[in-house]
Amino acid sequence: MEYLKAFVIGGALCAIGQIFIDKTKLTPARILVGFVVAGVALSALGFYEPFADFAGAGATVPLSGFGHLLAKGVRAAVNDYGVLGAFTGGISAAAGGITAAIVFAFAAALLFKPKDK
Amino acid sequence: MSVSPDEYKKMGEKAVPKTKSAKNLAGAFFIGGTICTIGQAVLNFYMNAGLSTPSASTACSITLIGLSALLTGFGVYDKIAKFGGGGTLVPITGFANAVVSPAMEYKSEGFVLGLGVKIFTIAGPVIVYGVLASVVYGIIYYLMNI
Repeated sequence: MEYLKAFVIGGALCAIGQIFIDKTKLTPARILVGFVVAGVALSALGFYEPFADFAGAGATVPLSGFGHLLAKGVRAAVNDYGVLGAFTGGISAAAGGITAAIVFAFAAALLFKPKDK
Repeated sequence: MSVSPDEYKKMGEKAVPKTKSAKNLAGAFFIGGTICTIGQAVLNFYMNAGLSTPSASTACSITLIGLSALLTGFGVYDKIAKFGGGGTLVPITGFANAVVSPAMEYKSEGFVLGLGVKIFTIAGPVIVYGVLASVVYGIIYYLMNI
């Protein structure tokens, strides 16, 4: 059941992204920015946490889940460290993903030659 | 029903993008759903291995980013993206693909000024505006809880 929820909800979020690709002139970078900022906002308003509890990876794997992660990190850090947490919480929570992207991208650049599109 | 060539052309234009976008939508849903289902399986694997929920979630992201880097390196991710569209863009694997592709492409311009500078050409704005939004939220949250 949780796999079905992940498939349907995750697929639906990606379909929303596809609608933006097809119906607007937004570039992929802008769409990704939109998803992350929307994730932060929905998490701030208290909607994303119950949504993630329900949909699991269907809510956390799309980039809106990355926004939720940033917001959750900030919330926890503000609770612990006050206003300083607003500056440390986001990237701390996202550190694993950002670092992994840098490390694996560097490794891929060393190991692979770019293909012709 | 008689249709002039002009009308026929207009009808054709109306019909074509519609079926195309329906196909795109189905592709995005299917591929995106599949990636999220794989994510759920990876997450469950780490939870069963005894990791806490936040740690399992981070490990899951790192794993998906690694897989995406591998598929991008082999040129497979871009092939999936041809009919996955939003389904390959929106998940965290799309974010990884957006970091790995320029890293590979601009290595030829040097490690510092090529790879180092251009690695976040596409994904940079995501981090910039994601972090800015989270700081705004953090300050508001702080002020609301004084």
